[in-house]
Amino acid sequence: MSRKLPPVDVVLVGFGWTGAIMAQELTDEGLNVLALERGAWRDTATDFPPTVAPDELRWYWRREMFQDNARDTLTFRNDRSQTALPMRRWGSFLPGEGVGGSGVHWNGQTWRFLPSDFLAESHNIQRYGQLPEGLTVQDYGVTYDELERHYDRFEKLCGIGGKAGNLNGELQAGGNPFEGRRSSEYPNPPMHMTFSQKQFAKAAQELGLNPFPGPSANMSQAYVNPLGCQLAPCSYCGFCEKFGCGNYSKATSLTTILPVLMKKANFSLKTHNEVLNITLDKSGRRATGVRHVDSQGIEYEQPAELVIVCAYALWSTRLLMLSGIGEIYNPATGEGLVGKNYCYQVMSGADVFYEDKYTNEFVGAGALGMAVDEYNGDNFDHSGLGFIGGGYIANWTTNARPIETHRTPEGTPSWGSDWKKAVADNFLTSTGVGAHGASMAHANNYLDLDPTYTDAYGRPLMRMTYDFTANDLAMSAYLTDRVREIAERMGGREIKVKPRQGPYDSMPYQTTHNTGGTIMGTNPTNSVVNRYLQSWDVPNVFVMGAGVFPQNAGYNPTGTVAALAYWSAEAIRNRYLRSPGPLVQA
Amino acid sequence: MSRRRISRRDLLKHSLLGTTALLVPAAVARADGSGIPWLPGQADTPPAYPRQRFFTHAERKCVDAITARLIPSDDNGPGAREAGVTDFIDSQLAGFYGRGDRWYMKGPFREGLDTQGYQSEKPPAELYRAALKSLDAYCQDTAGSSFAELPEAEQDELLGRLEAGELALDDVPAQTFFSLVRENAIEGFFSDPIYGGNRNMIGWRLVGFPGARYDYRDYLDHDGRPISIEPVGLQGRPAWKPD
Repeated sequence: MSRKLPPVDVVLVGFGWTGAIMAQELTDEGLNVLALERGAWRDTATDFPPTVAPDELRWYWRREMFQDNARDTLTFRNDRSQTALPMRRWGSFLPGEGVGGSGVHWNGQTWRFLPSDFLAESHNIQRYGQLPEGLTVQDYGVTYDELERHYDRFEKLCGIGGKAGNLNGELQAGGNPFEGRRSSEYPNPPMHMTFSQKQFAKAAQELGLNPFPGPSANMSQAYVNPLGCQLAPCSYCGFCEKFGCGNYSKATSLTTILPVLMKKANFSLKTHNEVLNITLDKSGRRATGVRHVDSQGIEYEQPAELVIVCAYALWSTRLLMLSGIGEIYNPATGEGLVGKNYCYQVMSGADVFYEDKYTNEFVGAGALGMAVDEYNGDNFDHSGLGFIGGGYIANWTTNARPIETHRTPEGTPSWGSDWKKAVADNFLTSTGVGAHGASMAHANNYLDLDPTYTDAYGRPLMRMTYDFTANDLAMSAYLTDRVREIAERMGGREIKVKPRQGPYDSMPYQTTHNTGGTIMGTNPTNSVVNRYLQSWDVPNVFVMGAGVFPQNAGYNPTGTVAALAYWSAEAIRNRYLRSPGPLVQA
Repeated sequence: MSRRRISRRDLLKHSLLGTTALLVPAAVARADGSGIPWLPGQADTPPAYPRQRFFTHAERKCVDAITARLIPSDDNGPGAREAGVTDFIDSQLAGFYGRGDRWYMKGPFREGLDTQGYQSEKPPAELYRAALKSLDAYCQDTAGSSFAELPEAEQDELLGRLEAGELALDDVPAQTFFSLVRENAIEGFFSDPIYGGNRNMIGWRLVGFPGARYDYRDYLDHDGRPISIEPVGLQGRPAWKPD
């Protein structure tokens, strides 16, 4: 039935950020690497040059930038008593498809997690005695210090603009005083701040907080990365998130790795090829390769020594389930690990409306912002607060795209003349402050396979069972109060507070930060992959992406996703290839 | 190549491959390791003004009346009608969007929770068709005229009831229809003029959005002052075009 193809050393399932990083690292090692991508080839000149990119309807509202829901989606419900129904079109999050993955349409907000984020269980127990009830939070099994070099490498690959707050243990004025020790300054200076960021920074300072520039993968100046790829200065067009960049100004795998990788003789890419499952030998302990299907419906068997799953977190989780690798999590018994600890991000905020000042937020960029980190992670004392975790608070001027972003004051109707007047009056004169809240793992939030609905190949859809937890909502309420304090001091005529309240609604866009499902950890009883992102069950399978986060921190995930990929690649290069087998003994 | 690669080869015991073999038959691969598959002159441009139509005359009148109340022409300037929002919705419904080609439309269909989004078995075009028919029938029954012929105040009242879920439509969840037509009206008012709405950039001019300019570096130091520039669409701006 399947055509058997000649073997390769490494097959990569999915070709976004982590696929490109792995391909670049392992081809440098001399391995023959094949990437299988279910979407199309994409590049700047063909797919989103400046004459095509700033099209709000096409890329976002008609979802052309994202995965095609007609072929595959997931089902969703808030809790186990409900029947999950398909997300018939994307809403709350927007998984990408095609070369570059979701990393093509990201904003470029490129953070490092806090050292304590990697120790969420042990650190919080040590400081506060016990975790809030029902939380299944755990340590990553890797520390910030171990990842530091890899964060640094990714920041230099991308040309991240920012200001260090902690250089080798020395606090730096103007940076984030809470960040972990950095070995070097950001490779580029911060973005050029505009009116809204200045108002935010002033208000934050008045409150005794330490505002600092948001770390940006939009280029603050021209940059040549260590691979020799050239990036151009950002033009602040306001079409970052949900769009491709026409200027080579946003770091993506297309702009920072592919110009080099695609020329390598030992790298191959097949687009429009969907991996159906990972194939195992009779023991079930060794992967023999993958089975995939092309756009003509022809099936192939692709033997490989190493299978590295580089899909989006949700689909990596499903691929393990469909391949029979590990046991699917069952919340009724607490048994099984694949699909466990699905987490998200708990976003809230406030709008600020000015009377006679223009924010002109069409002059924007995905990571143009100022932030404070006083209320993130365990940067503040949680004693008596009843929750763990936190989030950064920031003013980002990402866009004033008018279909999506038209802020109106409290009490504005949703249509008619009064709505139209409020939109017109406030479009150029408003800004927002947001809290980027963490999402803590809970026994009731998980992924498994849907019993009813199937994709274009007849495979069960992923089923998501998720709601905000009591911890999330208490944390978000606390953060939203802090947002209000800042927003009230930004000099506006009025503000509108936008708290995050339950139940979680799968439709209004919140953020594309889906995590968990293939979690990493310290031993095979608590995790799907070990600290090197290697499957405990099948040691020649590695799993990249935010699916390995045991819970999500109060930051955007891409920086940590990439650092973990480099960390894993280093372990493969230095240890696995010398002695293929488990890198951590169970 | 490096010493390490040789030792790696010794240890990957199942590897049978030469190091430079091109692995993928050219006929199968859409892209391969021989370089970047970039083709000059192949930019994936959006469609020109789409002229395909879906609505019947009666449907068109009804949508025109609804959207003209959602975004009215008033003291603040022209609204949805002048911006061509009905043309926009009409052509959208006639195309892939109206057919739900990129939506997951496999059954079974069930009434969903508010948190589960669109769950109608009808793709957008069919949903409009059923909703408009039911709305006009209701207006005929209760007021003896179609929705479009009702006084504006009565239209507003009916729209308010649709939005609140207080007016049931046959075969269609009323709030699903209302939120879809509101969403589409806003799209048509503010999307690039190539899609048939936002005519003369009426929507963009109302709010002061300069469109597809793509480079605002000269304005970064606006420091809270207004920026007065003409909007530009994906095909330039009207003043650039010869008559």
